[in-house]
Amino acid sequence: MSSEKKFVVAHAPFWHDGSKISTKNTHIMIAALPAVLMGISQYGAPALAVISFSVACAMIWELIMNLAMGKPFSIGDASAAVTGLLLGMLLPATAPWWLIVLGTFLAIVVGRQIFGGIGFNPLNPPLLALAMLLISFKSIFDFNEALRNYDLGFAMSYPLAELKYFGTAAIAKFSLGDLFMGKQAGAVGSTFGLGLTIGGLYLILRGYVRWEISLSFLVGVFVTALVFNLSDSAKYAGPFFHLFTGYTLIAAFFVLPEDSSSPVNFLPMVIFGVLAGLLTVLVRNIGAYVDGVPFSILLMNIANPLLDKIRPKAIGKVVENA
Amino acid sequence: MIKRSFLGLAKPRLEYNSVQDSVQDLPVPNTVTLLLREPQNGGGASAIKVGDAVKTGQRLAASPDSAEYVISSVTGSISAVAPYVDAYGWKCTAITIQASGQDDWDVGFGKEPTLDTALKFLEYAPGKPSFRPFSDPEKTIRTIVINGMDQDLLLTANQYVVQNEAADIKRGVQALKKITGVDRILITVPENLVQQASTTGAEVKTVSGTYPQGLPRMIMKNVVGQIVPAGDTLADAGAVFVSAEAVAALGAAFETGQPPIAKVVTVVGKDGNTKNVRTRMGTPLADVLKACNVTINDRDRLIMGGPMRGAATYSEDLPVEPGTDGIVVQDDSDSAQTTDYPCINCGECVRICPVKIPVNMLVRFLEARLYEDAAAMYDLHCCIECGLCSYVCVSRIPIFQYIKLGKYELSLLETAEAAQ
Repeated sequence: MSSEKKFVVAHAPFWHDGSKISTKNTHIMIAALPAVLMGISQYGAPALAVISFSVACAMIWELIMNLAMGKPFSIGDASAAVTGLLLGMLLPATAPWWLIVLGTFLAIVVGRQIFGGIGFNPLNPPLLALAMLLISFKSIFDFNEALRNYDLGFAMSYPLAELKYFGTAAIAKFSLGDLFMGKQAGAVGSTFGLGLTIGGLYLILRGYVRWEISLSFLVGVFVTALVFNLSDSAKYAGPFFHLFTGYTLIAAFFVLPEDSSSPVNFLPMVIFGVLAGLLTVLVRNIGAYVDGVPFSILLMNIANPLLDKIRPKAIGKVVENA
Repeated sequence: MIKRSFLGLAKPRLEYNSVQDSVQDLPVPNTVTLLLREPQNGGGASAIKVGDAVKTGQRLAASPDSAEYVISSVTGSISAVAPYVDAYGWKCTAITIQASGQDDWDVGFGKEPTLDTALKFLEYAPGKPSFRPFSDPEKTIRTIVINGMDQDLLLTANQYVVQNEAADIKRGVQALKKITGVDRILITVPENLVQQASTTGAEVKTVSGTYPQGLPRMIMKNVVGQIVPAGDTLADAGAVFVSAEAVAALGAAFETGQPPIAKVVTVVGKDGNTKNVRTRMGTPLADVLKACNVTINDRDRLIMGGPMRGAATYSEDLPVEPGTDGIVVQDDSDSAQTTDYPCINCGECVRICPVKIPVNMLVRFLEARLYEDAAAMYDLHCCIECGLCSYVCVSRIPIFQYIKLGKYELSLLETAEAAQ
């Protein structure tokens, strides 16, 4: 049986829905643009520098690791760029250049490449880097101090820090609308709530982000903050304040649903989100740190493999000794 | 190819093709090739020799009491006998027959519907019906399901038969009852074929037109209301599935006294246009494509079956077999390409899996060749082989191929253990 024509054989299925990792990551970056542009319009060139330098460094670290480990180049899938972008969004506009070099190293190399690259990271890479930087260089992340020289026409104090050190009386000057519209001090890409929400909804509708995780995280934050607020409204801020300040919204839509470090089954996703929200508010209200997002999510990342064992029984599965 | 929708939040819905094309009858081919599922020198294949004259409808087997056989679909003489190994490693014998152009019918086929006749002549009928479960004393068959659904997207061959050959199906149902003694015979059809199906005398059940609801195990769960345990065959669960085309062929065979020799095939060209043809079994694919004006070039894909579950072949000299429901030609540029990227744990596969397998974990074990763990912990044997996980995979991992490989390797292990 010989034939002149040579055909390419492959295994079924012969159709694919056309999705690609690079497409997915491109859309994540597009969705992040409103919040990033707002940060750049507020803080100007330094914010642009932080974002671009962070993206560039992340991609270079990825390239270096590819070369060092003799693996095929993976910067084309844009996951390093997304990691760099998210880390940049979590940093203050005044972050020094070496902090970004170090931060992207921690995110790409320690956070992802030493575990084997994309898909193998147990922890969220940008958040891991943020947590390590936050612990090591506390003063850089003191937004009140860092953004002292900026006057953007609204109260230039970090709302969560005000709440932590001066109580609810100090946050009366922030209106919820202003907070949601980005009129608050904070990291480059984390303050513009409306932009983050629009970006997040876009990703959810396009199917790039699992809505269960985002929604349950917001519910977790809201309910926990509400319980604290009801128990002592003079001491603890209301739930909306917690939703619109700090890293809450960027975490909900961009950080928490990162694929590798989050569960995929329905119930685990809900537990994951709710507990991350709960821990976030616990750290903010009774913990040592101003914002609980980095630590609560890293903790839940560690619990992820265990959580994802809660899964529906496969149809036809034979349970022995049942 | 159906792409991901803009609103990716909604699960992709792949619908079976329900618009049947009319059937064009193809002329008798010059040569036919029949694949006997027995190695050439395994069972003393001396009964088949080059130069032997064969008649249409003649049973060709390695030896008279061999269970494997083919039915000659033309009259002529055997021009070649060669070994052939199929895509899953089965050793076969390819028997090529030069047709004389005239049909001279063999008289070996008895008109009386008995299980013996069915076993000896009708397992090579279109749709590859299996009658062995009825003769197996360890199996109690309570239900026969006549599947009027096609087994893959785009294909309409089976639905065409339900639409146009309901009378033959009716005769086939009566013959089946006589042969097997099973009273409960269901026919599963998409909603638009209920009227035709109701004339066949079988109990009519409708099945959703969404892939993969037409697959036997999904029908067992949703229609018969019985979940087949992983690792068991359908026959273990007391059911036998026969395609509507097979039943129609059966009915026609006992009516005319001639075993079935032709198959309805859906041919899909590069432009996605479908066409149904009826051709002798054993016709080379090249002849079918030529008759349908479908061009195929180097590096294209030639797929026997449908786009989700078919098998790509390497030669257009291969024949139409009883199980070939479709021939799909896919252009090089349209072919889905797989990558060796790792799983990123996005969970698309987990959410689309019709039997709720944790595919994200399963594929990790399969990639690491831990097949036994994959079966024990992550439900490898529950898979109904629909291919949807590969279809939606963002990393483009050949998940379906890994699953088939895993099952194959485990079957080798089991055979080795049984041999010890």
